[in-house]
Amino acid sequence: MADDCDEQVSDSAKKPVEEQQSKFIVAKLSALAVAMFVFAFWVMPPLYTLLCEVTGLRKVGGAYTPVANVVDESRLITVQFIASQNEAMPWVFKPEVFEMKVHPGQVANVAYLAENPTANTMVAQAVPSITPYNAVNFFHKTECFCFERQPLAAGESAELGMQFIVDRDLPKKVKTITVAYTLFDITDRTGNKDQEQAAQEQTKKPSLALR
Amino acid sequence: MAHGPDKGLSRWLFTTNHKDIGSMYLWFSFLMFLVGGVMALIIRAELFEPGMQIVDPNFFNQMTTMHGLIMVFGAVMPAFVGLANWMVPLMIGAPDMALPRMNNWSFWILPFAFAMLGSTLFMEGGAPNFGWTFYAPLSTTYAPPSVTFFIFAVHIMGASSIMGSINIIATILNMRAPGMTLMKMPLFVWTWLITAYLLIAVMPVLAGVVTMMLMDIHFGTAFFDAAGGGDPVLFQHIFWFFGHPEVYIMILPAFGVVSAILPTFARKPLFGYSSMVYATAAIAFLSFIVWAHHMFTVGMPLFAELVFMYATMLIAVPTGVKVFNWVATMWKGSMTFETPMLFAIAFVILFTIGGFSGLMLAIAPVDFQYHDTYFVVAHFHYVLVPGAIFSITAGVYYWLPKWCGHMYNEVLGKTHFWLAFAGLNITFFPMHFSGLAGMPRRIPDYHDLFADWNMISSIGAFLFGAAQILFLYIVIRTIVSGRKATQEVWEGSHGLEWTVPSPAPYHTFDTPPEVK
Repeated sequence: MADDCDEQVSDSAKKPVEEQQSKFIVAKLSALAVAMFVFAFWVMPPLYTLLCEVTGLRKVGGAYTPVANVVDESRLITVQFIASQNEAMPWVFKPEVFEMKVHPGQVANVAYLAENPTANTMVAQAVPSITPYNAVNFFHKTECFCFERQPLAAGESAELGMQFIVDRDLPKKVKTITVAYTLFDITDRTGNKDQEQAAQEQTKKPSLALR
Repeated sequence: MAHGPDKGLSRWLFTTNHKDIGSMYLWFSFLMFLVGGVMALIIRAELFEPGMQIVDPNFFNQMTTMHGLIMVFGAVMPAFVGLANWMVPLMIGAPDMALPRMNNWSFWILPFAFAMLGSTLFMEGGAPNFGWTFYAPLSTTYAPPSVTFFIFAVHIMGASSIMGSINIIATILNMRAPGMTLMKMPLFVWTWLITAYLLIAVMPVLAGVVTMMLMDIHFGTAFFDAAGGGDPVLFQHIFWFFGHPEVYIMILPAFGVVSAILPTFARKPLFGYSSMVYATAAIAFLSFIVWAHHMFTVGMPLFAELVFMYATMLIAVPTGVKVFNWVATMWKGSMTFETPMLFAIAFVILFTIGGFSGLMLAIAPVDFQYHDTYFVVAHFHYVLVPGAIFSITAGVYYWLPKWCGHMYNEVLGKTHFWLAFAGLNITFFPMHFSGLAGMPRRIPDYHDLFADWNMISSIGAFLFGAAQILFLYIVIRTIVSGRKATQEVWEGSHGLEWTVPSPAPYHTFDTPPEVK
């Protein structure tokens, strides 16, 4: 881009033209650098989330739209429950039953037991994962403790409930669905509000925090 | 108008001269090369035998991390910027860089960045220990407190690289001598033009990802934290979107250096000049669409694995064009084997080996076995050491007579080459085998099964390290007391840089040369 200009301009006039061109190039390239930062910081994360949602990579169940509930009694699906704690999480956390057989379309309930053995009030958040991948869209949670944060006072324990329906459109191949919950300690990110709330709840009967 | 350099320290602090700044970049990168090299030797000393001998695991991890960061950002990249500063204006007939003051600044912020990074070694909790790829959550949730200093150091390095790149592009596009069209530029200039664009495109992405880390650590965001709705895999995508072009940033200028040296000592013009230019551009383009081949094992859909696998293999095509062009340049040439030529030929052979192991890694189904083993370590050291380091060394031997006006000692130079060549292969070739046998990388202890390969690697590493001390001695000796070099230096040399006296005067091309 610069070479055809250079040949036409005389030597004395060349310097300012050259400088002007330099400024233009610098402006363009700086804009490119800024644009790439913006791209990395504000475009890539939402784009990634969008892509994961479109491809179903990160879908962990979703809102259930009710239809006439017909139970498909021709099939029996095994649903397995796994509970684990994130590395730094001292709570006891396990399902009441580890396995359950349900018909597609049937409303089922399962409870998890959580206990805070530490001397501090803590807040937890459960993050679910469902396998196999082709069952993800057909496992509907209608009520779940994982929808909310779980505050527990020191030494307190609670029964955490989940209600689910396996969709009648579940692919025929799928005979077993595994639901895994990982419990994260989010006390540090929740501030005092939740802890006060937890302290109040200590006096009441442990609530299931169901919605 | 013509005046010499200032006296004393202020010459170096306030200089805007491309030759001064080029020299400072080169010396700085050599210092960093030695520091990173000492860290590599600590790693190899610990791995000499199975079991824990010298350092504790946390310090071992700090060493692998700092070795990688210092070699990539402190040794290879500044060395190429130094070569560009020295040679690009001389090659295109320009009196200096387009933006001399910014040039000064882009160099002088580097020592501060690396002082900051190096100081983390002495902080409570130690230096970064999460690997040079600093994957979250290792670099966020589980990082030592010094990670914040690491983040700011990366910010400064990025700023330096971006400024340097803008400068190089402005110089190349704007300050070529009359008659030097784009397709008449030496290939070193071409490869740097394309590299500079890569740098401007991806260094801000690196800045972005470390900024996200900073916010996750200190400001309660959750970009990479699953508990807060983020995703650690996102980190890997953004990092490698920077990281893969970064690989080519470290190798494209090397292609340029080798393409300058081979024709000189084969006494033939470069074979397929324009295909070299297009191949460089093709590699640069492809580098943006292959990043996920670094993360085949992360749990991507099959379709994505296939796309990234095929795209990666496509890179072998333009790279193959280059290798064949270099071989064709030497074919039936009147070759002589001076030190720069030896390094350049070793580059062609060994870089090709590194390329082949890269192709093996690109095959997604087998990558599951190779992933995070010493096979990967062998691969990237085969492209970086004989690729980047050998080409820089070749360039230094090739242009040193022009810089300082003295010839180096050929016997010492060749001794350096053979020591380095042997050391390199003894160090890194056995890693292919230990890797294929399953030895994981970044682990201070290992199964007895791998003992022999590791002992050989460690011996080679100390040999390679010793060769670099000889290199330092050769360079200093040449500057102080070599025999006088001629203006052309090499019998077969051609190009504008050989039309100025040796040593190159402080100011060159005040009136632009005419290029026919």
